[in-house]
Amino acid sequence: MGRLSVELCGITMENPIIPASGTFGYGYEFNDYYDINMLGTFSFKGTTREPRFGNPTPRIAEVPSGMLNAVGLQNPGVERVISEELPKLKKCFNKPVMANVSGFSVDEYAEVCEKLDKEEQVGWLEVNISCPNVHGGGMSFGTDPKAAAEVTAAVKKVTTKPVIMKLSPNVSDIVAIAKACEDAGADGISLINTLLAMRIDLNRRKPLLANVTGGLSGEAVFPVAVRMVYQVAKAVKVPVVGLGGVSTAEDVIEMMMAGATAVQVGAANLVEPYACKNIIEDLPRVMDKYRIENLKDIIGGAL
Amino acid sequence: MKQGIFKITENRALTENVFLMRLSGDTSDITAPGQFVNIKLDGFYLRRPISVCDVNENELTIIYKAVGKGTEAMSQMAEGESLDILTGLGNGYDLSISGERPVLLGGGVGVPPMYLLARKLIEEGKKVTAILGFNKKDEVFYEEEFRKLGAETIVTTVDGSYGEKGFVTDVLKNLDYTFFYTCGPEPMLRAVFKESKTAGELSFERRMGCGFGACMGCSCKTITGYKRICKEGPVMKKEDILWED
Repeated sequence: MGRLSVELCGITMENPIIPASGTFGYGYEFNDYYDINMLGTFSFKGTTREPRFGNPTPRIAEVPSGMLNAVGLQNPGVERVISEELPKLKKCFNKPVMANVSGFSVDEYAEVCEKLDKEEQVGWLEVNISCPNVHGGGMSFGTDPKAAAEVTAAVKKVTTKPVIMKLSPNVSDIVAIAKACEDAGADGISLINTLLAMRIDLNRRKPLLANVTGGLSGEAVFPVAVRMVYQVAKAVKVPVVGLGGVSTAEDVIEMMMAGATAVQVGAANLVEPYACKNIIEDLPRVMDKYRIENLKDIIGGAL
Repeated sequence: MKQGIFKITENRALTENVFLMRLSGDTSDITAPGQFVNIKLDGFYLRRPISVCDVNENELTIIYKAVGKGTEAMSQMAEGESLDILTGLGNGYDLSISGERPVLLGGGVGVPPMYLLARKLIEEGKKVTAILGFNKKDEVFYEEEFRKLGAETIVTTVDGSYGEKGFVTDVLKNLDYTFFYTCGPEPMLRAVFKESKTAGELSFERRMGCGFGACMGCSCKTITGYKRICKEGPVMKKEDILWED
């Protein structure tokens, strides 16, 4: 394998770049813009048991160096993801994909993961216990170590593939949550999901988002993400996937030095459809600049 | 969708806060009237989606309203400066179903996409009526341009300070037409939907994240399921529209 290759939970990836869930659909749409097989993998749109329309619009607001979203897990539900989306994905992507799962109960997480675990193309399950935009689910599991461990254990019990728990930054002790997931059997940790935030429209004197609050992402959150990845990587033995505001090859290297084995790119895809392609193509040049021979050598280098 | 660097060749005010910008660059991905482009501005995170007013080989014309800091900054840009633009976004209007006497209704900054549509329909030999609605006289723009294309052009103003007093639908009521196309603020779209006697197409505006179908930021419910304004839209068929609330 080449200079960019890394191994995530036993699966070798050509490079560590992973478009983050919710910014890349089910992949095939980006295939109109470039050959998505150049990616390490990608994490597909968060999938729930039932189909969901999500929150009312406006769901998007702009902030300095970032954005808020309150999409609310719009997706066609696990049955249609398996029968309609995955076959389309398979036509344009020939690598293992990361299946992103969300839920409103421990049972739902387990049921959806069990179904997706059986899909041949699914390489990893990424369990989102950190969505700030739905009520009675998502983030409520990711802000309590006990609940996070419960979801992890329930999913691990019914699956065979590596389970990566996706954590919320909206907690006072991220290490406690990460360790609870690791102790419950998680094969990896990904972080951070978006930061709970809001904006107010001065003309209307009302929140900009119909959902009132939303998740902050984009360059603005990058330093927060680096800090949390560093703290978690220091505390756990399982691999960490770093994300949050990554938009350049330099950011990828920084995230890996903080302890990330692989790196997800989220909001950047929405303003620059070629963001991941550009980062992958730029990495060798930036590695040369910092005298990095192989990317995997720098994982956790700053710890 | 195509990404390109465009050079500003003209950027001037049409009214107090509506501006016309002409840009040169690769326009090959713009295939239908009613499509939009998404513009990256220095210092702003999200792109600005703006409808296409006219397009020729290597030249793009947009008309936009300065409504916030981003579009205000855009209005201050000078000839010769460059912009990173995604082109060919959205579905656009279907010209093949216009019949012989289509009516086009534009309201405010919903007027610009009607221009390219009118030009294309007239080139196909259709007899086009354009109803352009504004609030008041000093907000009126592009009336003469529509006339020059050969469209029967009627301007309405809400306060009656120019053209016919009232709304575009007041003119529509007494008109004989084969199909309607419209773009404007949502209350106007609702009124046109209600008053129209034929099939038609309506173009919607929504706050967008990406503008190319990735983020689900601009989803809406329709008769035939969930759609993204930026991808399956912004143009929706009348029979597919499901008004929420």
